[in-house]
Amino acid sequence: MRSILGVTAFLLAVFVAVPWLIAVSGRWDFYYTLTSVALLSIASAGVWLTFYIGRINIGQGAYALAGGYVSAVLITKAGFGFWLTLPLAGLFCAGLSVLIGLPILRLRGVYFAMVTLVLTEVMRLTALALPVTNGAKGITSIPLPGELSVFGLVLIPDFASLENPKLAFYLMAVTLMVLCYGALYRIVHSRLGHLCRSLQQNEELAASIGVNTAWLRILAYSISSFFGGIAGASFVAISQSVYPSSFQVADSVNFMLNCFLGGLGFVFGPMLGTLVLYFGWDLLFTTGRYQLLIYSSLLIVLMLVLPNGVLSLLDRKGVRR
Amino acid sequence: MSPIIEVRGVTKRYGGLTAVNDVSFDVEKGEILSVIGPNGAGKSTLFKLISSFVRTSAGEVRFRGQRISDLAPHVVARRGVVRTFQETTIFRAMTVRENVIVAHHLRSKATLAGFFLGTRAARADEAAFGASADDIIGFLGLDAIRDEMASTLPQGHLRALGMAIGLATGPAVLLLDEPFAGMNHDETMRMVTLVRRLRDERGVTVLLVEHDMPAVMKISDRIVVINFGEKIAEGTPAEIQANEKVIEAYLGSEDAAIGM
Ligand SMILES: Nc1ncnc2c1ncn2[C@@H]1O[C@H](COP(=O)(O)OP(=O)(O)O)[C@@H](O)[C@H]1O
Ligand SMILES: [Mg+2]
Repeated sequence: MRSILGVTAFLLAVFVAVPWLIAVSGRWDFYYTLTSVALLSIASAGVWLTFYIGRINIGQGAYALAGGYVSAVLITKAGFGFWLTLPLAGLFCAGLSVLIGLPILRLRGVYFAMVTLVLTEVMRLTALALPVTNGAKGITSIPLPGELSVFGLVLIPDFASLENPKLAFYLMAVTLMVLCYGALYRIVHSRLGHLCRSLQQNEELAASIGVNTAWLRILAYSISSFFGGIAGASFVAISQSVYPSSFQVADSVNFMLNCFLGGLGFVFGPMLGTLVLYFGWDLLFTTGRYQLLIYSSLLIVLMLVLPNGVLSLLDRKGVRR
Repeated sequence: MSPIIEVRGVTKRYGGLTAVNDVSFDVEKGEILSVIGPNGAGKSTLFKLISSFVRTSAGEVRFRGQRISDLAPHVVARRGVVRTFQETTIFRAMTVRENVIVAHHLRSKATLAGFFLGTRAARADEAAFGASADDIIGFLGLDAIRDEMASTLPQGHLRALGMAIGLATGPAVLLLDEPFAGMNHDETMRMVTLVRRLRDERGVTVLLVEHDMPAVMKISDRIVVINFGEKIAEGTPAEIQANEKVIEAYLGSEDAAIGM
């Protein structure tokens, strides 16, 4: 009952209250910020799921970049519509992560983390080298998302024809975010999630109760990468361009920090973490050259004081999730 | 009837060390068979070989006539040969009931996608697992701590929970590595009764490694004795107690008491 109220309040806030507040205050620039937060939180949700099987994933930027390029290439070179490239970008990344995950998911702890850290850089170099990605010049002037219609019924209008594409992008991003977190919530609270937890807590025992641990790890990692891919593709649609540097190692690190900060024990942790970290960074911008120093120190303090994330404050009575 | 488990010339080498050396024996269906031997004799390694958690260097293990050596451990578990661990292994950050429920994995009829979507088959599975978990928890006398976090439990309960996890998989053969370790006399006797009932009421074949000799003598139909990785004797408790080689092996080691 409480959770239904919570979800309703959240949906009203993002779909009604925020657009209304922005219209009233005239702060249209906020749309871009909030759209970014929503999309980044989708990528972070993927990282969170890898945490959930006991792996520290610092490579989500690689999949965001790959997803962005898949969408951009399909739109500009093959004439696909954006809405079709969005799931294709996710599926491409899921498939890619199976190939990458097969060897690296055997690694644990810091070894896995280090390999994933390298992944983003490898993806950037790949984007630089491949002919289809157009090297350092990247892919630019990507058309805005077109119309999406089913049997002549227009579900989503052509973004180029809209008076306010910013609002449209915002609505698209938060809708995707709601869908992704809904899916994540279901995963975590269904048997799949219980098995992931068993894997996180004791891989040997999980195998002895008959869990195909290698397969389950791959499954979770590919869902994680799917989230990264669609987040990347959406970003590219907004900026209408993609470069090898669109997602960098720093982004991968941030995705991971978002999870830490929000709380690894809470499905909605990465969403909150992304929001706090994004705005925290912006606020610190006013402090000029001390920005990075203050930011890093604050993060360290926060992790020491709240090792299980901000949401663990709600959890003091031992009520889980 | 042919044996349910056939261990045939099984050997495991770690570098220069031969942890298990050319061991062979049979386990009959419905039997309680104990493997004993001094510390470092290779008992745990033997169990890991049977449950296929480590690869054999030579020889093979057969279950119902089919080779199970060197298969993935989850495949062997799926066939019905399930192992609990010497170290108390449980899922620490789950409640007792969650531990037992998650261990029902092998019995799912619904697919993971089905569970995600909450299909009818998935809901039926969930209900069945819940009921079966409560049954097992009752069987092992864990009702009072059903909703406790596993990480907070004392040794005795942890052992019982480990056994509950093993039981939840619906095994044909259950391998228990030192199930009575860290228990006092009363707890041990209670567990001895439980293991018996496991066999009598649920038809589970039980292999166990144990150091508590009175318990071993009481519980076992047959005993296999291992020393320095080799089988030195096999027989009923009475035969083993009278066996020269066994007495010698035990007198030469720290766990001296083979008698009562
Ligand atoms: N993974 C391993 N690597 C190297 N040596 C091992 C390994 N596992 C066990 N051993 C060695 O094999 C021998 C038998 O060990 P183990 O089977 O645990 O004995 P037990 O359970 O009878 O006390 C010991 O000498 C032990 O040190
Ligand atoms: Mg041992």
